Amino acid sequence: MTELGVRVGEVIETSTSRFVAHCYELHGAPALGSLVRTGGIDRPVFGLVAAVSTTGIDPGRRPVARGQRENDPEEIFKKNPQLAQLFRTEFEAIIVGHADGGTIRQGLPPAPPRVHDFVYLCRPEETASFTDQLHFLALILEQPISVPADELIAAALRQAAASRPDPDEFLIRAGRELARLLAPDPVRLQLLLRRLKRDG
Amino acid sequence: MTGDGRGSWPGGRRRLGRVVGGSVSGGLEVRLDAGVSVEEVGIGRFVTVEGDRRRFLCLVTDVKLRSVSEQVATVPPDYEDPFIARVMGGITTYGVLQVLPTLTLPDGPDDPPEPVKTVPGHFSPVYEATPEDLRAVYGDEAKTDNFQVGSPLEMPEIPLCINIRRLVERSNGVFGKSGTGKSFLTRLILLGIIRSGLASVLVFDMHNEYGWKAEDKERGRDVKGLRQLYGSSVVVFTLDEESSRRRGVTYDGVVEIGYNELEIDDLLLLTEPLHLSGRAPDLMAALEREYGRDWLARFLSLQDPPEREQLAKELGFGSSVVSALYQSLSRLKRLHFLKPRADSRAVELMLNYLKMGRSVVLEFGRTNDLLAYMLVANVLTRRIHRHYVEAKERFLGGVGADPRPLVVVIEEAHKFLSPAVAHHTIFGTIAREMRKYNVTLLIVDQRPSGIDEEVMSQLGTRIVCSLDNEKDLESVLTGVVGRSELRALLARLDSRQQALILGHAVPIPTPIRVRDYDEKLYGSLKSGGPPSEGGTLDLEEDLFGEW
Repeated sequence: MTELGVRVGEVIETSTSRFVAHCYELHGAPALGSLVRTGGIDRPVFGLVAAVSTTGIDPGRRPVARGQRENDPEEIFKKNPQLAQLFRTEFEAIIVGHADGGTIRQGLPPAPPRVHDFVYLCRPEETASFTDQLHFLALILEQPISVPADELIAAALRQAAASRPDPDEFLIRAGRELARLLAPDPVRLQLLLRRLKRDG
Repeated sequence: MTGDGRGSWPGGRRRLGRVVGGSVSGGLEVRLDAGVSVEEVGIGRFVTVEGDRRRFLCLVTDVKLRSVSEQVATVPPDYEDPFIARVMGGITTYGVLQVLPTLTLPDGPDDPPEPVKTVPGHFSPVYEATPEDLRAVYGDEAKTDNFQVGSPLEMPEIPLCINIRRLVERSNGVFGKSGTGKSFLTRLILLGIIRSGLASVLVFDMHNEYGWKAEDKERGRDVKGLRQLYGSSVVVFTLDEESSRRRGVTYDGVVEIGYNELEIDDLLLLTEPLHLSGRAPDLMAALEREYGRDWLARFLSLQDPPEREQLAKELGFGSSVVSALYQSLSRLKRLHFLKPRADSRAVELMLNYLKMGRSVVLEFGRTNDLLAYMLVANVLTRRIHRHYVEAKERFLGGVGADPRPLVVVIEEAHKFLSPAVAHHTIFGTIAREMRKYNVTLLIVDQRPSGIDEEVMSQLGTRIVCSLDNEKDLESVLTGVVGRSELRALLARLDSRQQALILGHAVPIPTPIRVRDYDEKLYGSLKSGGPPSEGGTLDLEEDLFGEW
């Protein structure tokens, strides 16, 4: 079995098409569009990091501003170490695939990950291998998600490109797949393609 | 599935796209693969379509730009951006080829290609045609029946042959507006005919460009004529000794024509240039009855008006009719090759050479006006044709040999073969009787629409250079399958060195880039070679044979 990447949190809410993970570190969520893996060794499930949120643990208490006399926000946490315990960072991941006996399949898993399954950030090689196929783009485009789908796609593809030796070739291949999927809507397609470019 | 399939293919073939629709009659639509630019695949190019059971050879007749949605045209993508251009090209916007299925290609080397009766299925892959594909259809020069006239458009590396045996079976035409290289193409075809040894040619060479040499104005150099390339297999006669000598041409005889050799039909052919009046035919007939074969010489010797008035009275015609005819026919006097009594040895010699299987070029020197041309071509051809008819009839009666096929080349053919005069000329007869007497025509013309429809319909092979007149386009494509596609193709031919070949000598209508007329061509003729030593023996036999 492949070596697992960094463990970033645990599943705290789960369904067939998405799961929510609680991060071990405050502000410790992977970047938007990162590929993460959960579901245990024998039934891995892959998701793309979509909405990330950091909120107070007690919904009844609103945080107050504390940094009026500080030069750096980090100072606030240093001076009030309890704060780190009063907040939590969570992220929602859109499920884009699973592995079936070692074969990666893009699409929804037969069963969702379980609560308290560990969540790992995929290593670049794992990301590159997962994104050899691009069927997951259709999956994202056809479901309502909590962040703009085009932003998520652009972020995911840029990260996948960065994990490969020839990012340009990958972006053109992915762009062509998007062009097929979004052919009836050339304006949207063009906006998305602009976001895809690494420099743009 | 063959995946995305862009770019080259194992075995060197390049995939261009897939069939997405079409019909036998309207042609196929091929969507180009994303990596193939529309600019790479022009009209006139050959492609092969790989169906489930057969391979189809098709001709590209149109190239179109399409997009998946109308919005693309309304809100055009930012194609300045190379990334966007590369991603969207071929997907959101794409190219479509309109291709005309022409033949199904044989599986084995011995099977002939067959005409198309169905179309390949949806999404059949389309490839560039390979030299082997074209060789299977057009044959190669290794067979002497075949002669390379050029290559397919945009595929200069592939030789393309016409079948000379089939070519000389019927009358043919070379058409194109002036300056499109008709003469070069005609000369090339004549080289092919002579090389094959299947027929002799007789060229009425109005502008002295077939016999010894011709000028290639484009490249500013001289090119070799038939005599230079085939030596004694080709003999040159002239109507204008002085001009031929000045141009340094070796000629074998000077042709003269006697007044007594002119028939009334020959003169009627010249109604327009001679300004013959409506009564002229009757008067000429009366004169012939009165004086016999020498009527023209006698009539033209009546130089005094009183003598002509006397004649008018005797024949019962008005004196104005007689003097009008005299004025008209007097124009013949300035044709220096016309003699009251001609030395006909040169014409006999010419006939003998033709019997021996040699080819003849008759130069007109400076006598290149239409009047002289029409008169000479008609009179000589009629005489030669008569010999062929007699020889053929003797052959059919079991005496002598079958006369060797003869191809008569005439320029400005619409003047001889217009509906008004086609029936007066021997050329009309030859065109209509096809190869019955082993004589066929190769007509070279810039106004095919001026030629009698019946004659046009008899032409076996039409070789068409660029034409822009609607009527002319219409006329050369009469009776051809896939006419509208070919018409579009024809209208887009370059005005130099490109032609469309249709008919008997090629399996399918074929646009070509005409081969360069240069040293390489000269060299290839030597390797094939006309009937030289071997041929002469045959000729000797012919000489001593019945005819």
